[in-house]
Amino acid sequence: MEIPYTVQPRPDTGIYNAKVGIWLFLASEVMLFGGLFSGYVLLRVGADQWPHGWLDVRFGTLNTIILALSAITTLLAWAACKVGHFGKFKFFHACTLLLALSFLSVKMYEYHDKWIHYEIKLADGTFADGHLVEKSADFDLAQKTGTVTLHGRIVKDETLLYDLRSQKNIELKEVTVNASDIVKMENYGPWHNTFLAIYFTLTGLHALHILGGSIVIGYLWGPGSKMWKKDPERFTNRIEVSGLFWHFVDLVWIFLFPVLYLT
Amino acid sequence: MSLKAFHLIFVTLLTTLSFGFSAWAFIAGQVIFGALGIVAAILVIIYGIYFLKKLKKISYL
Repeated sequence: MEIPYTVQPRPDTGIYNAKVGIWLFLASEVMLFGGLFSGYVLLRVGADQWPHGWLDVRFGTLNTIILALSAITTLLAWAACKVGHFGKFKFFHACTLLLALSFLSVKMYEYHDKWIHYEIKLADGTFADGHLVEKSADFDLAQKTGTVTLHGRIVKDETLLYDLRSQKNIELKEVTVNASDIVKMENYGPWHNTFLAIYFTLTGLHALHILGGSIVIGYLWGPGSKMWKKDPERFTNRIEVSGLFWHFVDLVWIFLFPVLYLT
Repeated sequence: MSLKAFHLIFVTLLTTLSFGFSAWAFIAGQVIFGALGIVAAILVIIYGIYFLKKLKKISYL
């Protein structure tokens, strides 16, 4: 049985079926991310304190440039198919894939940076904050044995850790803390506070979309490209549909970047 | 809406983001980032015009 309207537009909608399908899917995606963005706004306006300057703008900017370039290469790959240049399509789609992997690599680095960043509440009421250098071999928080070393600083007031924008030249040094002095030790994971919870949720879901899109693009670049020989028009439509999804994912990042990194 | 139309929306939002980023950077006292934001916005606008001319024959639907 032949699938109808894979190439020719359906008379009642005016477009081929896959395009209707992807737009319906993207409408549901708008609701998903829209709900999360609304959640972000409500959590933020209801919070007594909100962290500022916790994310490195340089990495966010780099990832914005990477995704912008990938949107261009996606469009160029589709345009190459439209004019019958399969070689160019292969090249531009490979570029998109590499850019997607670059985005994920930068994101993983950022996640790792948060993962090894600790805030330690000490018995004297001060706070040690910084990146983990090492834990002694006998370090055990429950047994209160050993030491932990951070590359960071000690502050008397926890609120100093919240707004980093005005603290331009923070002097960081190695700080070693005895386990017996630790009241609470927690890394900057999603459990640390509301900001990090929503940061990991939004960017994690977005990264999953990048990963999913990369798999589809990888398939169309590799084994899926066999369709070009027997049905080039249908293949071109597949590239357009994957490009629409990719543009949506890029568009989400255009909202995520200022909301999380700049405000 | 075709990929061409969606790309046009993307380019418009990217231009807005670039100008917004530039404004943020100047307010935060990061002049280099601010200048780069303006350069990026201009480049995106030039690209947008080029892309529109190049894909003139492709439908927005």
